[in-house]
Amino acid sequence: MIVDGKRKIWKDYQKEIPDDHYFYVRSCIRQNFFPASEVMFLKIMRDELACDIYENEYHTTCSGIGYHCDVVPMETTMTVIARQFALMTEAGYKNYAASCITSFGLYSEVIETWRHFPDLLKKIRKNLKEATGREFEIPEYLSHASDIIYKVRHDIAAKGKYRLINRFTGRPLKVVEHVGCHYSKMFPHKGIGGAEYPYVLAGMIEAWGGEVVDYPERRHCCGFGFRQYFIKANRGYSIANTHKKFESMEPFKPDMIITNCPGCPYFLDRWQYAIAEMEGKTYGEDGHGIPVFTYEEVASIVLGYNPWDMGLQVHQVAVEPLLNKIGISYNPEEKYKGFNNEDMGHPEKPVNLKTY
Amino acid sequence: MIKRVAVIGGGIAGMEAAGLLASRGYDVLLVEKEQDLGGNVAKWDRLFPSKTPASDIVNKIKLGLSPSIKVLTNRTVTRMIRNNDNFALLLSDETLEKVDAILVTTGFQVFDALRKEEYGYGIYDNVITSVDLERMFASKKVLCKNGKEPKCVAFIHCVGSRDEKVNNHYCSRVCCITAVKQAIEMKELYPTADVYCFYMDLRMFGRYYEDFYHDAQAKYSVSFVRGRLSEAGETHDNKIVLKAEDTLIGKPLKVTVDMLVLMTGMESPDTTENLSACLELEQGNDRFITPADPYIHNNCTHRRGIFVAGACTAPKNIPETLADARSAVVAIEDYLFTYTD
Repeated sequence: MIVDGKRKIWKDYQKEIPDDHYFYVRSCIRQNFFPASEVMFLKIMRDELACDIYENEYHTTCSGIGYHCDVVPMETTMTVIARQFALMTEAGYKNYAASCITSFGLYSEVIETWRHFPDLLKKIRKNLKEATGREFEIPEYLSHASDIIYKVRHDIAAKGKYRLINRFTGRPLKVVEHVGCHYSKMFPHKGIGGAEYPYVLAGMIEAWGGEVVDYPERRHCCGFGFRQYFIKANRGYSIANTHKKFESMEPFKPDMIITNCPGCPYFLDRWQYAIAEMEGKTYGEDGHGIPVFTYEEVASIVLGYNPWDMGLQVHQVAVEPLLNKIGISYNPEEKYKGFNNEDMGHPEKPVNLKTY
Repeated sequence: MIKRVAVIGGGIAGMEAAGLLASRGYDVLLVEKEQDLGGNVAKWDRLFPSKTPASDIVNKIKLGLSPSIKVLTNRTVTRMIRNNDNFALLLSDETLEKVDAILVTTGFQVFDALRKEEYGYGIYDNVITSVDLERMFASKKVLCKNGKEPKCVAFIHCVGSRDEKVNNHYCSRVCCITAVKQAIEMKELYPTADVYCFYMDLRMFGRYYEDFYHDAQAKYSVSFVRGRLSEAGETHDNKIVLKAEDTLIGKPLKVTVDMLVLMTGMESPDTTENLSACLELEQGNDRFITPADPYIHNNCTHRRGIFVAGACTAPKNIPETLADARSAVVAIEDYLFTYTD
């Protein structure tokens, strides 16, 4: 691997990311899968870095899942997105930050389509006005939330209590970065680092002390790929994709996986359980899986937040081996305690995948 | 009075034309941007389909350069001033040269494989280009990065050619036969190695090319797969994993190789835009220089007194390039015979 070669490519794919004043829109599904990731993003940006990140309770889905499953027509999707932009405009913001990769890709696609077809933009403005009475401006800057964390990665490292270093060996942790397909595969110049060797997560890993693992199936879909999963008959494709990725990364012995998409961490995490139960195979050390994180979770780990406050107990693959490698102190007794020390109950243990 | 001709570009077309013009009694100025004459061919090891050393051809053409030719290397033309049928050329060293006709023979540049990011050139240790492989053949050392002999090698045709993504729609013509030649040379060097060629179409247009292709399969067991590479990745032991589709059987395939060779195509040099602006020449949408017409006046340009030859107008092989250079000499001679200064 010639890292300098990658650096040359990364230089060609940089984008402008504003420092402050964002209108933030959440993902439809992330709060169910990794419940504290978005909360941690807001906490880091507001409490740690004193940035202005505004969110509005009236925003809706971008309709991306429906659009990509062919049940929502393009013009409907555009009108829904126009309404999101109207909420931003009404709130006095020009910088739009999407939590979801699919939304980010869809916003990019819609804005680009309007640029090429101004008459369509006029029609969508008319649709929105007639349906809601609202008007909108196209965002001056469109960022994915991981772009913003990338921009502040060195600030996070400077404030951090931990680094992605194996305390037993003193070596950097080997980190697989999995970037959501809709981040830059459609529009390479809208993502940091481009489509083939995205730098958005690799930059975070480097800044926080880890070592990036590049493996042959790095670019491959996580296994979510809407039609693979949402169409029940295709779910075999979904797990086959995930299986292919794990088989490919296995020889590199990664310590952890970091992702920036709603579906990717979910499928890379949960399918490890399914593969273990179906095939009896696990990919981590001593019968464990490879822990999978969102970038907000990793940022929070680096900053020293309590792992159970950021929702790491809902991961299928146990995160404790990684926390132990980094040397993070945590109380195992608190893992399944909710508010007011209420017991949340303990999940059933898988047969083949080792958990804590 | 002896007429003076400037030849811009010191590759095989420029040298061939300069030699012939000088032998016909013209005063010739040969301007080359590199330090040495010979262009792209001088960087090649052996030529298809005869495996003749490229240096033999370059040296033979160089022998035709008479001492009367004024050779200026490490220089480019920065400005042209036309005075009726005379030209004054300002060179990059600020010198001024007056000439009666200009022949452009600036040739081609090799496609920069870094632009096909998904193929991993400059990123993965064992991804090289056909130009790199020629250098290896010349040094008699064709080895992987770890110093070991490759046991499995893949050649990817059409890298930077017939590819809308890199804005090169045209065929570079010589890459197919070059891949066949290099695949055979690889098998000669390592007879037990598995060698694959991934192609879109095989364009064996020249004399004996088809025979060469047949030999590659029948005598050397080179495997030809009709399918374009979608992406390359690197394994933990620095092998290259290729993903492609075999379009003849309609199935995706994955192959792990020790070495990946990208058959990089021809492009109009980056300097063509400036030179065309300077000489008031026209470029096509493929960025090569457009001649006055493609049939009868293919060495003339839209500008009186300025001529073109060789691969600066389109990808060409060596015989075509040399024939084009000779035909340009005839066109220049006709022109200079009829015009009065």
